[in-house]
Amino acid sequence: MVARPTGEVILDVHNISLRFGGVKALSDISFDVREHEIRAIIGPNGAGKSSMLNCINGVYQPQEGSISLRGQTFRHMNSRQVAQMGVARTFQNLALFKGMSVLDNLMTGRHLQMRSNLFQQAIRWGAAEREETEQRVVVERIIDFLEIQAYRKIPVGRLPYGLQKRVDLGRALAMQPQVLLLDEPMAGMNVEEKQDMSRFILDVNAEFGTTIVLIEHDMGVVMDISDRVVVLNYGRKIGDGLPEQVRNDPEVVSAYLGTVH
Amino acid sequence: MTLGARRVAASFESLIVTSTFPRLLLDHAARRPSAPALREKDFGIWQTLTWSELAALVRALACGLAEAGLQRGEHLVVIGENRPRLYAAMLAAQALGAVPVPLYQDAAATEYVFPIGNAEVAFTIVEDQEQVDKMIEVRASCPRISRIWFDDPRGLRHYDEPGLAPLDALVAAGRAWDEKHPGFFEAEVDKAKTSDVAALFFTSGTTGNPKGVVHTHATLIDRAAAGARFDKLTADDEVLAYLPPAWVGQNIFSYAQWLVCGYVVNCPESASTVTIDLKEIGPTYYFAPPRVFEGLLTSVMIRMEDAGRFKRWLFDRAMALARRVGPALMDKKPVGSLDRLRYAIGKVLIYGPLRNTLGFSRVRVAYTAGEAIGPDLFTFYRSLGINLKQLYGSTETAVFVCLQPDNEARSDTVGVPIEGVELKVEPSGEILVRSPGLLKEYYKNPEATAEVLTADGWYRTGDAGFLDAAGHVKIIDRAKDVGRIAGGDHDGALFAPKYIENKLKFFPYIKEAVAFGDGREKVCVFVNIDLEAVGNWAEKRNLPYGGYTELSQKPEVSALVKECVAKVNADLATDEKLAGSQISRFLILHKELDADDGELTRTRKVRRGFIAERYDVLVDALYGGKSEQYVETQVKFEDGRIGKVAATLKIVDVPTFAPVGRAA
Repeated sequence: MVARPTGEVILDVHNISLRFGGVKALSDISFDVREHEIRAIIGPNGAGKSSMLNCINGVYQPQEGSISLRGQTFRHMNSRQVAQMGVARTFQNLALFKGMSVLDNLMTGRHLQMRSNLFQQAIRWGAAEREETEQRVVVERIIDFLEIQAYRKIPVGRLPYGLQKRVDLGRALAMQPQVLLLDEPMAGMNVEEKQDMSRFILDVNAEFGTTIVLIEHDMGVVMDISDRVVVLNYGRKIGDGLPEQVRNDPEVVSAYLGTVH
Repeated sequence: MTLGARRVAASFESLIVTSTFPRLLLDHAARRPSAPALREKDFGIWQTLTWSELAALVRALACGLAEAGLQRGEHLVVIGENRPRLYAAMLAAQALGAVPVPLYQDAAATEYVFPIGNAEVAFTIVEDQEQVDKMIEVRASCPRISRIWFDDPRGLRHYDEPGLAPLDALVAAGRAWDEKHPGFFEAEVDKAKTSDVAALFFTSGTTGNPKGVVHTHATLIDRAAAGARFDKLTADDEVLAYLPPAWVGQNIFSYAQWLVCGYVVNCPESASTVTIDLKEIGPTYYFAPPRVFEGLLTSVMIRMEDAGRFKRWLFDRAMALARRVGPALMDKKPVGSLDRLRYAIGKVLIYGPLRNTLGFSRVRVAYTAGEAIGPDLFTFYRSLGINLKQLYGSTETAVFVCLQPDNEARSDTVGVPIEGVELKVEPSGEILVRSPGLLKEYYKNPEATAEVLTADGWYRTGDAGFLDAAGHVKIIDRAKDVGRIAGGDHDGALFAPKYIENKLKFFPYIKEAVAFGDGREKVCVFVNIDLEAVGNWAEKRNLPYGGYTELSQKPEVSALVKECVAKVNADLATDEKLAGSQISRFLILHKELDADDGELTRTRKVRRGFIAERYDVLVDALYGGKSEQYVETQVKFEDGRIGKVAATLKIVDVPTFAPVGRAA
């Protein structure tokens, strides 16, 4: 595999704690993500992985701790503001408009870049038309990149699951994010689809230099494609380091890997 | 005088080729600089390259290759899908007097080792990361490869391989070099002679190493022009280039004829978008092997199953009419005015929209070749008013030997010899061809060349066939497989196993067939039923079965297959030469023939000799007059385990028919 140069810390998660009433979902989690790296978050079911992603994403507001993106610290920010800072994500259970075509779904990913108002867009006049063309160029590059040219006009709901996952990735990429959060991008896929998806994740990372934070259950995939791994268990961080280090950490093995193999 | 003889006589008027491929390109660029030459769908839009833009690109690539050190007579390997810049690369090599060697893009890396070593290749131009990875792998055994250029840089950013560079860099270097050496490009193009080697095509040999077929500018251009004159192709035609460029047919249709006629070649966006792109482009000149036509028909039928009852009724009515009237209309035969009116209505309601959906609205000439096409399949397209025809040729003959004239298309012939072609049939049944399009030689393989090219310039096709009463060539089998019936009522009759097997396989219920009869008194066959088709058929009749073996031995299934075999016999009875090889007895095999057991080749051709040996008890039973036979066979399962299949097979007698003259 080709070495990717990783850079400065781009995302810093500092002492995050998240509670739902009396339930502690996350307690005192800290880790950092460097520019251009692929950072995996692993852990058994209910370890708090998705909650962690939701905190970074601005969906949940953690009670304690802070998150900084490129040195800018935020505590209370909604998901729209986070998106505007260049963070995009995909969802474990897909969040696509099933009745809309692949193309239209990807175009929604460009929504934040649109400047013209609703009226102009409705009659597709002046700036709106020019803008749509510009956005379409970006979207077409993503369609080409993800090799989904054959499905442009097909409603997403009619595509097989593996392709829907790819479209979900495409919608996130359409935002041209600096940081991409992937929530179980390979859940429910067969071996071949997993290989394809791994290839696309590596390509996104190599071609666009996008920093990627991903949650994944398939240990083979995690060990293959990630640069560093954070391990969560019952809302606590129990491991952090290179894939080999994590794999050989006895605490991690007993908490997670041990139960799998 | 028969039609065929007249056409053969016309050969003496064949035109002399005076141009080379780069010369043709420059002519188009000078005469029609802003006319489109190539289109490629990229980022969702058809992007056009005009003849002058293409000429400029070829010029830059040629200069770049010259600077890199590509010499006259050397080989340049090109691997990839149909991409404009790869076409330009082939032209650039030819402009320098070098020889492009297109290789199949879906081959494994190990399959490139022989051709690259054989042709002493140093320079390669490939499409993308996938091909670059293979080239790097091949380099270990072909250290002569010094440069690898790639068209699509995706995923290759961080590669650190000596000699690896993007095509953009080659173009830029070429432009700079061109400025310093004005006049170089023109001088190089002018040096080329029509007798110079223009391309090297490797044919996949069934045994041994592939052979490199050497063609000159003259051979390819002569045949391309002859084919174009036959079908009156013009600069206004449109072609979709979607088959592998390494295959000589693709090279003729979208390279040689493209440069001869100056029409537009359209490159699809990707392999998966071909059907969409076909519909958008609406080509006027189209080629596909039978399996592509079959796939299209299946997709239509599957979608019709889901249609509403009225639509289905309308479709069935209209198609029944089309089958009856359509082919006659295509062949300009008399048709009653009521039928004409009905057909016209059908055209508005069904045929027109269906042709549009298939992407065949504008097709003026469509060809199929390569393997036998089923009569029903062939008629389906012709009945819609699509001018589907067959042709005969091979890599060695630069494709065009026989073509079917517009109003004389039939599913069981391959047409008449076209201008320039002389054709004769040996007593053994083998067809020999002489034409200006014959290969120069097999590259570095004089023994193989001597085997196929006779001293007086005939090419041995290896195919057995004959000219029928209308002067059409009919191919029946490979010459080495054709035999004779010995003894019995039909002593000495011609026996062509593949011809019989194909006829059986046109029935959806029959998946494979193996025919025996050479040196025997009658013809007997083994049949494999199609588990899916026969399974469905059985389910509709509430016939329970536990698997292939059980289903294959049901008396109802036997009767079904017997009906198919009898139909084949009735059909054979009308054949001038093959009426004597009707099928007397058959049995349905207890297991499916499988490549893992060595019964089929990897390309799913039956290995008749091996099967006859393996199942010699069954062959003996067929000829020994038994009514059933017990057999036990070892099989290899997909997971590598070895098992045993045993069954008692019923042997069925089939009625044969007295030969009848061909109804015209």
